[in-house]
Amino acid sequence: MQLSSLAQRWHDLRGARLSPFTRTLLALCILTAPVIGGVLPEDRADVMWHYYNGGDITVEGPSVLIRKKVGDSLSFTVNYYEDMISSASIDVKLSASPYHEKRTQWSGGVDYLHGKTTYSAGAITSKEPDYKANTAYFGLSQDMFGDLTTLSLGYRRGWDQIYRDIKVNGEIVNDPTFHERADHRGYSLGISQILTRNTIANFSYELLTDQGYLANPYRKIRYLSPGQGEGFTLADQVYPNTRTSNAASISLKHYLPWRAAVTGQYRFFRDTWGIVAHTVQVDYTQPWHNWIFDGTVRYYRQNAADFYSDLFPRADYQNFMARDRELAAFQTYTLGGGVSYQFPHFSWAPWLTRSSANFHYEHFLAKYSDFRNALLAPEYGAGNEPLYQLNANVFTMFLSIWY
Amino acid sequence: MRASPGNCGRWLAARALRVVATGLLLAALAGCAAPQPWVKPYEREHFADPIMSANRDPVSSIYFEHVFESREGARGATGSVGGGCGCN
Repeated sequence: MQLSSLAQRWHDLRGARLSPFTRTLLALCILTAPVIGGVLPEDRADVMWHYYNGGDITVEGPSVLIRKKVGDSLSFTVNYYEDMISSASIDVKLSASPYHEKRTQWSGGVDYLHGKTTYSAGAITSKEPDYKANTAYFGLSQDMFGDLTTLSLGYRRGWDQIYRDIKVNGEIVNDPTFHERADHRGYSLGISQILTRNTIANFSYELLTDQGYLANPYRKIRYLSPGQGEGFTLADQVYPNTRTSNAASISLKHYLPWRAAVTGQYRFFRDTWGIVAHTVQVDYTQPWHNWIFDGTVRYYRQNAADFYSDLFPRADYQNFMARDRELAAFQTYTLGGGVSYQFPHFSWAPWLTRSSANFHYEHFLAKYSDFRNALLAPEYGAGNEPLYQLNANVFTMFLSIWY
Repeated sequence: MRASPGNCGRWLAARALRVVATGLLLAALAGCAAPQPWVKPYEREHFADPIMSANRDPVSSIYFEHVFESREGARGATGSVGGGCGCN
């Protein structure tokens, strides 16, 4: 039995492959609409194509979201999402081969409105050849103080099964000797507060915990081995079996006199792996006749996890060792914009209350402080390679209808 | 007749005490009453405008959020109030 040429493909695919909680959060965010003023989400449907290209990785696919009320108190949501991944990233090149893969995700949820309280519940299931994730969630949202304040509470639970692909006789199959599990819990608190007739503030807090196999079965660390090969040797990563993180954010959204909106947001993050991160984002929205234009600027920075190193001094240097880029110290810069066109009312479709065509684009730049391009080790020497940078172009285009 | 420095100090202290006591009494009374909405329902038309929506196009905005979360170490608390995830 031979290790697959797909080995280490997770190494690059935080973009293509979702972490368990990313799966959960992504799906939950789609399923749970903003609940303000004790009203259910609007009846709408979206058909979207998403595209990501950066670091020699391409991820694209469709997503379909449908929301429909039944009576005055119930609203149902269904979402289908698909990733088609094609990767030849720096990490794949380091120790594996380019590959293609598909991930599918189904989500379903229900909102029940009773008085000024909205109850939400649902489930998400995600499937790919070597990772299966199931999540259930429950939440409630309560309007109070003359509907100026909305308080939201949420709880979620996730169960993941992790496999490792290998190639046997030219065919990719799950390694029968590798089957791990991971459990996840999440608790959230949100407060939305109308401050003035033009300004609304949001506070959000989330506590997330993971337990089980949290490492990536394909990823590797590297350690110094002078005089051998390229001066370093690859070895398995060793992660802690638990992780707990706290994140809190505050945002202000303001309506400008010429009918435009500006939003400012700050988030603070800290976890038990030693990562501390800050995020700042500003958004601007400007309507013009049947058009709506959006602009966004975002800055993010984090320090490295306690057990991260780009190049360990020797094998078995410490208990936990990782070389995932996501655990390194780095900064990201994002600049983006979007345009939406609102179609006039169609006389042949009186049941349509609104419809639009939309395009959103963002450019993403990540500058790493301690993750080097190990592919250049033969030229520069292990540990002296140039620092890695990731440039990515991301867009979505979608049609939306309200009915 | 001019007040001595000692009398002046006592007068100021008594005055400050009355102000503090009045303030505490008002605060206590206010705490018993239900807060009144300072932005009336008919003054909230701007919040009904789609451009003020916390998440105008969830199918797209959540995708971009996923792009960030999958490439960065931080996670969670990325948005405003939603029915449980706090990220709308």
